[in-house]
Amino acid sequence: MSARKIGEVILDLQNISLRFGGVKALTDISFNVREHEVRAIIGPNGAGKSSMLNVINGVYHPQEGTIIFRGEKRHEMEANAAAKAGFARTFQNIALFKGMSVLDNLMTGRNLKLKTNFLQQAIWWGPARREELENRQKVEEVIDFLEIEHIRKTPVGRLPYGLQKRVELGRALAAEPQILLLDEPMAGMNVEEKQDMCRFILDVNDQFGTTIVLIEHDMGVVMDISDRVVVLDYGKKIGDGTPDEVKNNPEVISAYLGTQH
Amino acid sequence: MLYRETGQFKTTYAADQQIFPIRQDRIAIGLLLAVAFLGVPLVADQYWLSAILIPFLIFALATLGLNILTGYAGQLSLGSAAFMAVGAFGAYNFILRLDMPIIPAFLLGGLCAATVGILFGLPSLRIKGFYLAVATLAAQFFVVWGLTKFGWFSNYSSSGVITAQDMEIFGFPIDSPVSKYLLTLTIVSLLALMAKNMVRSNTGRSWMAVRDMDVAAEVIGIPLMKTKLLAFAVSSFYCGVAGALAAYCYLGTVEPDYFTLDLSFKILFMVIVGGVGSILGSFFGAAFIILLPIFLNIVLHPLFGLFGIDISTAIVSNMELMIFGGLIIFFLAVEPHGLARLWQIGKEKLRIWPFPH
Repeated sequence: MSARKIGEVILDLQNISLRFGGVKALTDISFNVREHEVRAIIGPNGAGKSSMLNVINGVYHPQEGTIIFRGEKRHEMEANAAAKAGFARTFQNIALFKGMSVLDNLMTGRNLKLKTNFLQQAIWWGPARREELENRQKVEEVIDFLEIEHIRKTPVGRLPYGLQKRVELGRALAAEPQILLLDEPMAGMNVEEKQDMCRFILDVNDQFGTTIVLIEHDMGVVMDISDRVVVLDYGKKIGDGTPDEVKNNPEVISAYLGTQH
Repeated sequence: MLYRETGQFKTTYAADQQIFPIRQDRIAIGLLLAVAFLGVPLVADQYWLSAILIPFLIFALATLGLNILTGYAGQLSLGSAAFMAVGAFGAYNFILRLDMPIIPAFLLGGLCAATVGILFGLPSLRIKGFYLAVATLAAQFFVVWGLTKFGWFSNYSSSGVITAQDMEIFGFPIDSPVSKYLLTLTIVSLLALMAKNMVRSNTGRSWMAVRDMDVAAEVIGIPLMKTKLLAFAVSSFYCGVAGALAAYCYLGTVEPDYFTLDLSFKILFMVIVGGVGSILGSFFGAAFIILLPIFLNIVLHPLFGLFGIDISTAIVSNMELMIFGGLIIFFLAVEPHGLARLWQIGKEKLRIWPFPH
């Protein structure tokens, strides 16, 4: 097994409630994420998993609850602030920049590392060029890691689905995140692509020590790669623990399989 | 020499990130610039310079400006002519009241346009697409109205017309068509190079990210407001400088009513025909829209004469419009991404010629 050590709690979500008008997307949900762990969020369709991720990185703002990230307490995240704090994510429906090449998409992932202003970039020679080349180097490392060298100049709109998913992971990795949020990274993939993706996720966790929070429907994958699992159903938390604990939790079983009344 | 990349290996990222990574392209652009700066002034006559090349360059600059906003940042705007007007009247007033040299005056005129652009770009923070285009229409009407209504802008000339002052740079007078052409060409070349540099670095990538998927852009840390307003500012700056050049190097005298919605649409057509989201396309689009009517005018008369048909000038000018319109539709049907995309496809085909794949 990997040499990584699971550390202290770095992200603590307390009593999060999110409503859209009268629809309760999330009700009083609390769980935490430890440093370097792979944390899965599972649940049936419409359970509020994606909403949960959106709360974590500030796309949605919960009506109630507290988010504590590295000891810093806040009521809600702002998407930009979350990116600066070291969150990166992928989306359920691929959200790449379709008109741009793979390389440009990944470079965009590093936008927070680029410090020159637009005038320096307009002049190009000098700091802007130096910065561009340094970051190109970093992006090439990600390209190398994800084995997508052959498509680096291809517009992402032309790539097949599985590769687009991989490029989106690359864009998130390019930002060198502390916490990586993955929204169904394996949805719609065949077995081989799933295996590749699993390998990449575990390697990221292992080599860079990145904390990973992922949503996934493939139970085999979830039980294999995650350290702890939180289970949501109808916007409520019904289970939380190691894969084995969750598997044997009667409430979880009833949510997934139904119960006899 | 064939158009081949064979043997041109990139061993550094710097070599891979040049504007023209293929050697033949670098030679071609070098030749083109040499012809434009040295050859054209020697051979072109006054008509060619003043009526064709100077307006072509000026509109290419304005198109470039709109392309930055619409093609790269994805914000539809119908106010380009208004921003040109601000640039023209801005430069006029800086020269008139502060007795400035022309280059700083042009740049300050551009900055005035950028300020107005930011102001009318504010609605883009809430609305998108066609609705934003309607909001920028406000700029179009408001600016022309303001420049006509308040005499101060045109130094209280009775009809709102401004007459460009005499120009000189470091004591060297800019009064002949050749010197005006060279001035325009220099400014346009430099600004085009700067635009290319912006769109190939983080600024441009942020614009395109906002264009392609704004939620994802925000999540990876791109500030939407700043990025959109910067696009409005840079775009309006380019339009503003183009407006100042139009007043000083092309028209000589200009009134607010020159910068109408018609002109804004014309610039938008240049963007669409040339290629949305392409620097080179801006030049193609401007060339197409400006040169084609002139070309048709030159060609049609002798063509009918050839067949012994005698037709009136009125019919010829109407035919010009019809052929022009037909060609626009034809080109867009063949390649909706504009002439720049056709050019790119052509180059890709040439690279592998004589093989089809």
